[in-house]
Amino acid sequence: MTVNPSGWRPSAPANEQGEAQTVTGNRALMLEEPLLFEIGSTEQTGVDFAEMPRAATRLGGLERSRQIGLAGLSEPEAVRHYTRLSRQNYAIDLGLFPLGSCTMKHNPRLNEKVARLPGFADVHPLQPQETVQGALQVINELAFWLLDLTGMYGVAMSPKAGAHGELCGLLCIRAALEARGDKREVVLVPESAHGTNPATAAFAGYRVENIPANPAGRVDLEALKARLGPDVAAVMITNPNTCGLFEPDMKAISDAVHTAGGFVYCDGANFNAIVGKVRPGDLGIDAMHINLHKTFSTPHGGGGPGSGPVVLSEALAPFGPLPFAAKYPDGSFKLVEEEHAADEHPNAFGRMVAFHGQMGMFTRALAYILSHGADGLKQVAEDSVLNANYVLRSLEDVLEAPFGQSGPCMHEAIFSDKGFEGGVSTIDLAKALIDEGFHPMTMYFPLVVHGAMLIEPTETESKASLDQFIMAVRSIAERAKAGDQSLKAAPVHAPRRRLDETLAARKPVLTYREPEPAQAAE
Amino acid sequence: MRYLPLSDPDRSEMLRVIGAGSIDDLFRDVPEEARLKGPIEGLPMHASEMAVERHMSTLSRKNMVAGDVPFFLGCGAYRHHVPASVDHIIQRGEFLTSYTPYQPEIAQGTLQMLFEFQTQVARLFGCEVANASMYDGSTAMWEAIVMSHRISRRNKTIISSGVHPHYVSVARTMAKFTEDVLETGLPDLTAETDAERLIASIDGETSAVVVQYPDILGRIADLTAIAEAAHAAGALLIAVVTEPVALGAIRSPGEMGADIVVGEGQSIGVGLQFGGPYVGLFACREKHVRQMPGRLAGETVDAEGKRGFVLTLSTREQHIRREKATSNICTSSVLCALAFTAHLTLLGEKGLRQLASLNHARACEAAERLAAITGVELLNTSFFNEFTLKLPVEARPAVHAMVGKGVLGGVSLGRLYPGIDALQNGLVVAVTETASDEDIAALETALKELVQ
Repeated sequence: MTVNPSGWRPSAPANEQGEAQTVTGNRALMLEEPLLFEIGSTEQTGVDFAEMPRAATRLGGLERSRQIGLAGLSEPEAVRHYTRLSRQNYAIDLGLFPLGSCTMKHNPRLNEKVARLPGFADVHPLQPQETVQGALQVINELAFWLLDLTGMYGVAMSPKAGAHGELCGLLCIRAALEARGDKREVVLVPESAHGTNPATAAFAGYRVENIPANPAGRVDLEALKARLGPDVAAVMITNPNTCGLFEPDMKAISDAVHTAGGFVYCDGANFNAIVGKVRPGDLGIDAMHINLHKTFSTPHGGGGPGSGPVVLSEALAPFGPLPFAAKYPDGSFKLVEEEHAADEHPNAFGRMVAFHGQMGMFTRALAYILSHGADGLKQVAEDSVLNANYVLRSLEDVLEAPFGQSGPCMHEAIFSDKGFEGGVSTIDLAKALIDEGFHPMTMYFPLVVHGAMLIEPTETESKASLDQFIMAVRSIAERAKAGDQSLKAAPVHAPRRRLDETLAARKPVLTYREPEPAQAAE
Repeated sequence: MRYLPLSDPDRSEMLRVIGAGSIDDLFRDVPEEARLKGPIEGLPMHASEMAVERHMSTLSRKNMVAGDVPFFLGCGAYRHHVPASVDHIIQRGEFLTSYTPYQPEIAQGTLQMLFEFQTQVARLFGCEVANASMYDGSTAMWEAIVMSHRISRRNKTIISSGVHPHYVSVARTMAKFTEDVLETGLPDLTAETDAERLIASIDGETSAVVVQYPDILGRIADLTAIAEAAHAAGALLIAVVTEPVALGAIRSPGEMGADIVVGEGQSIGVGLQFGGPYVGLFACREKHVRQMPGRLAGETVDAEGKRGFVLTLSTREQHIRREKATSNICTSSVLCALAFTAHLTLLGEKGLRQLASLNHARACEAAERLAAITGVELLNTSFFNEFTLKLPVEARPAVHAMVGKGVLGGVSLGRLYPGIDALQNGLVVAVTETASDEDIAALETALKELVQ
């Protein structure tokens, strides 16, 4: 065994910053953690089982003979392994996480508590319906509030995340078009859209065409109108858009698309800016997904699970997927599945997931909505927009704000790298922010702004937190404009320096392989 | 409002800095007629933590809790004991409240955990590589079908009748909108799987064959011959595993020649949760990795030469490739993957094998006792922790009648295949380590009373 199995050894008495190295590679509270497979063994376990009953096997002669190679840890080792790993992550619980378009806001712990109530957490999806009336009521209540907040006609609750919701919306559109015998092949997507929009349209069998933005960062209405025609199935619009701007022509866009026989899909990723203030249904939108893990604060969990219910207009609602929870006049709830589809939902396009959607996210989102109420949600939108504009106006003298002249932003503020000198770019500013104790903003997105920096502070940041962030960005922006080459070395205080992504992609190592015996004996 | 830190003086001061007279000035791009004048109608005003908790508790009490009664449901979701430390680990704020690890210098915790998860999934499935998770088993299966389509450049997929009908429904939904052609059928209530029929239907047009292992009726069949037949025709074999605990006892699909193995990871570390969130598992051969959907964590080094991990091969993904991406997936199921990997780490090889043995032993015992009831017949000659009974009566009303006796007695095939007469008497019973002797006795008594 070696002292530091992570493979890294201190090779010099001090690193570039002149800090003394340690024998272990640890630095006080910053603890190196080897891979599970380097510290565990196939004979170790953290779970005790009662005496094994003796029984003949009925495994069809397929008993496993080879070792699987699963390393185990005792409970104290396992808790320490994951706790040490956790401390190498930045998180919203630690500080400002201003990723534009991602809505990293505080995750209330009440929501974690209610999701773990046995009546929600320990219920099987195929239990007889009389035993899951409370679960169906949760789905139904959440659906009701989502419809209230969006002014739409129906909602599909089963999609598993935003992109899955986009897919659901486009499949509704496709089903509606096919029902009227209308073959359309093209979906129009603005250049500034999230990558999921064109990917989803392609996944649903459509050809994707871009529509340009105007100099004010909005959809070019005239260019859009000129492209509309009998081949256009849908237009996918993000509103507020990915430049953090409201599309003031939204109703005119919807009207033009409808006149041309198409449908309007709205990417609801940025709904946080307008929740409780504007109802998408009043803007002529036909379908919009809602990321419960953004606007309604179910935890991101390091990349999911999410949840992407899709609200639908009267024209699209009949085509929504199965199954869904329906309320009956006697107060009971029913899960409408395939067998009742002919009576209750004859035009449904089918099932998108095995079961009924992200129940664990529904309970959290419902608790979030009930906690805030009508007044609290309105305040959410207002404070998120206020915080973003405060950041915009506090930084626009040091960073170029390409749309700053055209008025206020919504819940996120966008800047470019214009004026950076000496080859310093957006990524260098972002990595220097890590050293200052902040998660960087969204970088290089949307593509329509050079070296884009998209900052979404959210409403759960205090003014003091924003002021500290603004101070850090201002300082780094000045250094970037002065061409300070030390920015290219950032971060220096994080658990790792910049990682070689090219090497990772050129020679992919995607699973652990035990070293050859000669090396292991080192 | 307890979640909003700004005070009214803060707001006034910030508006002053911005140069706006009121908050409404900031919403001036929203046309006047679209702006709501006050708090939205219909929704109550904000509520205390206590009031919300009370409401949610009331709703939760309207459900029958699996852990409170003798419980025998499976068919794609399984009730296992999850060690208390797993929930502690996933509630660490640094995991729970972090984002997709786009900034690897401050996301090594998530990235290393995903690298370990990928290794565990690949080894469990007998494959070379695995991704960092999908939404669930059913969507992972569809992604495997379209991935095979890209590799084989053929579009016909043969789906075994032993695949979970809801998974088949998902594939059918998606295939309506693509060029994919699906061939599938209904299961027969026989001890044998449809392996021979599958082999006979493979031809030069076949892109992939999809089999579930163990299948929807709990049957286990060797996949070797199907893999050989598929490969001889230039097709791929996709195996679907809905109960990964089984792989602690039986050979992995990869060992038997499966090219892509997908699965539902819920049964390890993730609770039942009425169907979600769950975690899709996705593994394949290394040579096909560039056709894989979803995120991948990979090993690399940092500027000082220290080992570290990053998201890699992202040129497959939507945020780089847009409409040319291998999938539209973005958010996956990382926190559930953490629950899976933490539980599997606590088990280790030794614990997983013990857990699998215990499940199988409990299921064998229950099968023997239930099959001894006059009129009840055990369909399976092979099974892991789930088997199918043929009852002398329709199973669906029997399941409801058992609820009246306080027993959640299984999943009727009438629920899964409504309107198919030949399957109406089938009852799928799952028996895990959580079923006690008393639970099995209660099911036996309840069934006896129903069929006599």
